[in-house]
Amino acid sequence: MQTATKTPFKDRARAALADRTLKLAIDRTTGTAETKRAAAVAGFPEFQAARERGRAIKDHVIANLGHYLEMFERNATASGAQVHWASDDAEARAIVTRICLNANAKIVTRSKSMLGEEIGLPHALADAGIERVETDLAEHIIQLAGEAPSHIIWPAMHRTREQVADLFREGHNPPPEAEDPATMVQSARVQLRAKFLGADVGISGANFLVADTGATCTVTNEGNAELTTTPPRIHIVTAGIEKIVPSTAHAFALLRLLVRSATGGEMTQYTTFHCGPKRPGDADGPEEMHIVLVDNGRTRMLADEFREMLRCIRCGACMNHCVVYRQIGGHAYGGTYPGPMGSVLTPVLDGLAASRDLPNACTMNGRCAEVCPVEIPLPTLLRAWRVRSWREGLEPGTLRAGIGLWARLAHRPRLYRLASRIGVRALRLFGKGGWISRLPLAGGWTAYRDLPRPPGRTFMEQYRARQKKGTRT
Amino acid sequence: MSGKPNPRVGLFVTCLVDAIRPQIGFAAIQLLEEAGCTVEVPQAQTCCGQPAFNSGDNRDTERLARQTIAAFEGFDHVVLPSGSCAATMVHGWPDLLAGDPDWAARAKAFAAKTHEITSFLVDVMGYAPQGRRLDASATYHDSCSGLRELGIAGQPRALLSHVEGLRMRGLEGNDVCCGFGGTFCVKYSAISNGIVTEKAEAVEKTGADLLLAGDLGCLMNMAGKLHRRGAKTRCFHTIEVLAGVASGPAIGEEG
Ligand code: SF4
Repeated sequence: MQTATKTPFKDRARAALADRTLKLAIDRTTGTAETKRAAAVAGFPEFQAARERGRAIKDHVIANLGHYLEMFERNATASGAQVHWASDDAEARAIVTRICLNANAKIVTRSKSMLGEEIGLPHALADAGIERVETDLAEHIIQLAGEAPSHIIWPAMHRTREQVADLFREGHNPPPEAEDPATMVQSARVQLRAKFLGADVGISGANFLVADTGATCTVTNEGNAELTTTPPRIHIVTAGIEKIVPSTAHAFALLRLLVRSATGGEMTQYTTFHCGPKRPGDADGPEEMHIVLVDNGRTRMLADEFREMLRCIRCGACMNHCVVYRQIGGHAYGGTYPGPMGSVLTPVLDGLAASRDLPNACTMNGRCAEVCPVEIPLPTLLRAWRVRSWREGLEPGTLRAGIGLWARLAHRPRLYRLASRIGVRALRLFGKGGWISRLPLAGGWTAYRDLPRPPGRTFMEQYRARQKKGTRT
Repeated sequence: MSGKPNPRVGLFVTCLVDAIRPQIGFAAIQLLEEAGCTVEVPQAQTCCGQPAFNSGDNRDTERLARQTIAAFEGFDHVVLPSGSCAATMVHGWPDLLAGDPDWAARAKAFAAKTHEITSFLVDVMGYAPQGRRLDASATYHDSCSGLRELGIAGQPRALLSHVEGLRMRGLEGNDVCCGFGGTFCVKYSAISNGIVTEKAEAVEKTGADLLLAGDLGCLMNMAGKLHRRGAKTRCFHTIEVLAGVASGPAIGEEG
């Protein structure tokens, strides 16, 4: 659900690169996440075994998705929840807003859910005239800033503490008295508490959908999900259909991977299972519970080469370890999901034509796949998008022409050697000494770095000359 | 170590070595011969096809793969002074040709005998350089494809430990990409610049005289950035040090 008129990726990236404060904020958070994850993995000798189990669980579910979804629906319905199916983002938005409007909701509290962003819920609620209150501290920050999340675990990681203090001073009434984290958090708490208690509907995401109990499982570190889902009359869960797991034990197996990979912790502070609305005699809980199961391209992925992406448990480790993400941050990606996983998912959601830069803007260094807790071969999937983009003619004509010319030479070794011989001699004309600092057709290179000036005779020339003379080396 | 006493090795020179730094190719021949191999450089070779492969152009990559496989089929081993080109041949080509009944098996057999040079010297030939000396401090960058796709990490370090006088220094983020990424560094040059700038800063922080790596692409990127920043670090391919030619000009120095 992205707007059609977006600045091109390269412009967004360039703007991000010029923002030194942004870089500082990214480095702080991803650097800490990287160190903590490394420590958590080192202190968990069975990590590799856990990873393989996690992968096996997800693969099993993906192969039997229909079976487990039906089981989930049956058990969730039996517990009193209402299950809705949404085939795309528009349908998902419509279902959620209809439930809110039917309930005459004025205020809706929301606890962080990337799926909510994916289906464009914030806009839909605003259009329906419903006040939306983000309850996650980071989401609260970006709501004040009028932004979208820039990371799937730390949505406001692009903002420094100083910037947050400014936002709170403007957005809080009364403004916080000091800039230290404790005072600022307390201020946010005061602002949010009133909303928590006055909300008609609470909307949350789910980390897991447990098939054999019909429960939805949500993990947070702030406890805001509990406050979002318990006091209001109505609780709506929105979740992608791939979030299903067979049983609670499977949810915990994945949770261990999720938390270590995301924050380097061993457990989240809050792990909550919701199993239907309030029953007679229950002390609290919502009167109605709705679960919206969203497809939005997922069954399409099931059938193609991006199937493995459905294993993703949204831990964010790939982006924390990505050199590109760490240069440009999440917003530059322009989709709901940033980083390597986002570069695979965004073309599914927004179409490849609108996002062909994302799978291309990757060095293929493989670090994302190395840290992914469910072993998603992210570089392979990114290349699969490049192959499609090439096949569908979406790659720029200059690149196609360049590769075409190069390929014609590479297929003819004699001609290729002749071209290299001429090429290195021509290249020498552009520099003096050992370096070339300006080159007409490789401006991208020489804008930032010098190019070693070739010695003038290719290896093949020298090798053949030596062979003729009978001296080998 | 594999059985054959004097294996016949086909050397794949890589397009960058061919054009920019031929002496890496000669260093490779020297080391392979010292290790007891008979080395030939088949003339039907051109490039591993990464520019096409990474652009999504499978058709041209496949054609190039078939041509190269055919040219090297007679050798006991195929060796390259580049982890990234080796990884393309070892993993990329068999995947590409898996659906081709005539070529799937040939691509697999080819991949099975293809090696990056430092891993070949250590793991297959059990080679250690003798009588090499270089009085310098050096730091080593683990190039991504070699490290993650081929598991090259211990081999170059083991080989370098035999060079007397060479003092190795740790590099912060040694396993983090330098931002080269083939065509990436030209297509997304501003992002690439951000990445290589951090790499250059880390290299400068080591205070080492030399920066070593096993891939000329990464080396050109890092050397080019270091030079633009006015750093004094000299850059060499690992095997140049091992072959004893690192007493001569470094990358970007006039010979
Ligand atoms: S792709 Fe892997 S590393 Fe990235 S968010 Fe998903 S599970 Fe985590």
